Amino acid sequence: MTSPLLEVKGLTTRFRTERGTVTAVDDVSFHVDPGETLAIVGESGSGKSVTALSVLRLIPNPPGQIERGEILFDGEDLLKLDDPGIREVRGNKIAMIFQEPMSSLNPALTVGLQVAEPINVHRGTAWTKAYEAATELIGRVRIADAASRLNSYPHQYSGGMRQRVMIAMALACAPRLIIADEPTTALDVTVQAQILDLLKELTRETGSSLILITHDLGVVARYADRVAVMYGGRIVEVAPARELYARPKHPYTSGLMASVPRLDGGGRRRLMPIEGQPPDLASLPAGCSFGPRCRAILDQCRAARPELVQVGDRHSKACFADV
Amino acid sequence: MSDALPQVPANEPILRVEDLKVHFPVTKGIIIQRQVATVKAVDGVSFTIRRGETLGLVGESGSGKSTTGLAVLRMLTPTAGRIVFEGQDIAHHDGAELLEVRRRMQMVYQDPYGSLNPRMTIRTIVGEPLAVHGLDADRKATRDKIAELIASVGLLPDMADRYPHEFSGGQRQRIGIARALALEPSLLIADEPVSALDVSIQAQVINLFMDLQERLGLTYLFIAHDLAVVRHISTRIAVMYLGRLVEIADRDELYQNPLHPYTEALMAAVPVADPEVEAKRPRTVISGEVPSALRPPPGCAFHTRCPRVMARCKTEQPQLREVAPGRAVSCHLHSN
Repeated sequence: MTSPLLEVKGLTTRFRTERGTVTAVDDVSFHVDPGETLAIVGESGSGKSVTALSVLRLIPNPPGQIERGEILFDGEDLLKLDDPGIREVRGNKIAMIFQEPMSSLNPALTVGLQVAEPINVHRGTAWTKAYEAATELIGRVRIADAASRLNSYPHQYSGGMRQRVMIAMALACAPRLIIADEPTTALDVTVQAQILDLLKELTRETGSSLILITHDLGVVARYADRVAVMYGGRIVEVAPARELYARPKHPYTSGLMASVPRLDGGGRRRLMPIEGQPPDLASLPAGCSFGPRCRAILDQCRAARPELVQVGDRHSKACFADV
Repeated sequence: MSDALPQVPANEPILRVEDLKVHFPVTKGIIIQRQVATVKAVDGVSFTIRRGETLGLVGESGSGKSTTGLAVLRMLTPTAGRIVFEGQDIAHHDGAELLEVRRRMQMVYQDPYGSLNPRMTIRTIVGEPLAVHGLDADRKATRDKIAELIASVGLLPDMADRYPHEFSGGQRQRIGIARALALEPSLLIADEPVSALDVSIQAQVINLFMDLQERLGLTYLFIAHDLAVVRHISTRIAVMYLGRLVEIADRDELYQNPLHPYTEALMAAVPVADPEVEAKRPRTVISGEVPSALRPPPGCAFHTRCPRVMARCKTEQPQLREVAPGRAVSCHLHSN
């Protein structure tokens, strides 16, 4: 067994809101192995993005705060680093790709400058050299005519091209982990396939790990090695992708699978939606937060909160019921 | 032609769109505006919808699918073409004539937050179409009607006096559907009605659409970019690219045997929610992005991205041609 590249233990992130303190991420533990793609899936408010932001300590404080937990990257706890220490990690050892490339790029700076910046900052490379490296990176993300495109501004790029620029920036310092938060949600499907294929290919080439945050079960099926399913701020199930789709063990996971229409599926069959609404994090029910929507609810689900326990080879779930 | 028939029998076309064009001028200058270009948002689209069926209209951004929907509903005046709805060409209706048409044709919008007035109660929102059309004279009947509408979309009667902010996205979309049903329309145009919803909620709303169709005999024009959702809900599907229809076919035909290279690419790009299936699927990823509608490529608009492009595609625009009953494609590979 290789030791994991990233190990998150008991991560808890809270936000102070008008309606009281909200626990967006509640005692979440998971790991990422070197070179693997872990997908974190969940619906809005499940805590998947806050988990990702917490790993890089990008939670705005106030109102947010990482209350507890350890984030071990290569054995070093990122939560114990001082500010210069975590800045040394961001964009260097761990890079992040956001959903909306237009708001993540500086509209007033040329693309070349923005791609060269992390190389200059983290490697101390002179600007001219960094620029050369940027040209090469832009070529690697398949932007044609790289040298001349470097002098363009983000608004002169299309949505797909901007996301390629974000990938080039993420790759700039050869990070060991890339976190992509809904990287293609804003893009058309044909462009989505191009971007995700590119990301997957480049991480395979460089051997870096990828955390892919998405709500799209199709994207997970195509690109992930392992999957963590989040609901109400907690991980409810983790398993290798094939195992999870073939044998979902948590009622929420199987509910999700039954509620997505499939491109290859018989069509016009009735979908089996999960009844009810996602939980309100400000007033979670006692016990399991999925309880009120669960078909397999037991008495003990109302009283106690199930912990994530191993139920098979690399397969864990947080559920009392034997599904 | 049986155009004058007031009642259209089952399976007859309820809507026939012929060579629909919607062009927008692009102007320059603030005081003296000059037209410098034209965006051909919809450029020669034809299709029919039969009573009781669901036509799915798919395409990527800029394909003209939403503009087509707005033109059919006559929220826009078409530049050219005919929109024959229940036997009447409504392309140039206005005023009272248009009001009359809208009683039988309603819209469900994408954004469940932006399409409900935050200062109105659900009762007022759902009852508004009745008020607009002067059908609310009998107060008791109106009250009963609204209660029935609210129940028919799966909401509880006591929700009628609440405001939109008290509801979740899925519930708001139900309210939007109840409003659209108030006038008992025969055709419902839904523009991306589930794309803003979480998957577990999306399934509830899709099922509601299908239940209502069965119960009320509704006809849908269902506009969406999510091919899996469209396949699930539609009986026939039309694919658009840069303002033109590239292919139209029965649902299963289109998915099992796509004729247009764009349809094929679009389908290959959408991942199936099953890793076993994904591992075996052939992958043809097309390069590039949708070109600007301001400067569409000459010839076939798809030729810049087409894996099977031929010389004539670059100069000659293919026409939509029927290749089998109910099945048409616009591609030189399938024209003689």
